[in-house]
Amino acid sequence: MEQKKKELLVLEDILGSNKKIAGQIRKKLDEHGILAVNLLSAPGSGKTSLLEKIGLELKDNYRLGVIEGDIETERDADRIRKIGLPAWQITTHGACHLEARMLAKIFDQIPADLNFLFIENVGNLVCPASFDLGEGLRFVLLSVPEGDDKPKKYPEAFITSQVLVLTKCDLLPYLPFDTDRVIKEALEINPHLKVFKTSATTGEGLDELCAFLEEELKLRLSQHA
Amino acid sequence: MHELSLVADLFTIIEQQANQAGAKKVTKVVVSVGELSGVVPELFRSAFQSYKKGTIADKARLQLKMVKIKFKCRSCDQEITARNIMDESFSYVCPACGSKEMELIAGRDLYLEKLEIET
Repeated sequence: MEQKKKELLVLEDILGSNKKIAGQIRKKLDEHGILAVNLLSAPGSGKTSLLEKIGLELKDNYRLGVIEGDIETERDADRIRKIGLPAWQITTHGACHLEARMLAKIFDQIPADLNFLFIENVGNLVCPASFDLGEGLRFVLLSVPEGDDKPKKYPEAFITSQVLVLTKCDLLPYLPFDTDRVIKEALEINPHLKVFKTSATTGEGLDELCAFLEEELKLRLSQHA
Repeated sequence: MHELSLVADLFTIIEQQANQAGAKKVTKVVVSVGELSGVVPELFRSAFQSYKKGTIADKARLQLKMVKIKFKCRSCDQEITARNIMDESFSYVCPACGSKEMELIAGRDLYLEKLEIET
């Protein structure tokens, strides 16, 4: 029999299945009035330390939960549990990022009455940026020791985030890190980024960051009421 | 290195489409890759080569079509194609009117454009 060759026009988004699941998660979060924050950064930028501090500051007035994404171990989730917050560990066993379907698997364990759900992504400034998790806000963290040239080197993480958190700012006197340059370059590729300068060691900037989160939660509750 | 998970999703779509069309074989796969999609073409290619074994696209050739990053100014409708976002001169400011209200209109997407099949 003669073989027939034919061209098939498809035009289908390869990230479509992730986006679909992320959309379902976003809808559920909105229904429950939960503000989910996806935290992106390189390993060692201080995501867990920042979450510990935010957790301590907000936990008396709000219900918080943390999803920890790591390649292996429960170490980060244990740190969060130590300050009295519920934490769910997703170990990706090699995968360099979280995907919406990984979240969907544990979503039933998340209490519906949370106010804030923090999702600490796998430490990696590249791959996590491509995967929507259904979050309401995306934070990109950049620590002072990493250097001030990162926004344009890792543009996708900065373009897809709403908030840039500079961490370890207590080290500024000791390192050649030009804060103005970072902020200028970050705003050149994403003019709508909100920037916070913080230090989990001295507590600098944490009040402002927490106040911002409270405002965002209020805003969302009024929109979805 | 998230290319392998993207390729896994790509093959789900390929198999669905090929089955629907009654294909016996997929001989060519054309994927459109935005320069800002976060995909490294070489890694995507090698993930494709190892994933295709034993699938309906076992012998398929992969063609990657790179799509440039393109912005449109919301104020004056000027369209700008970025040579390279890592270019030091790149800025999210409209060169025509100075507005910062620039919208990314191309370069983020990653999609399966078409398949060549044998029926």
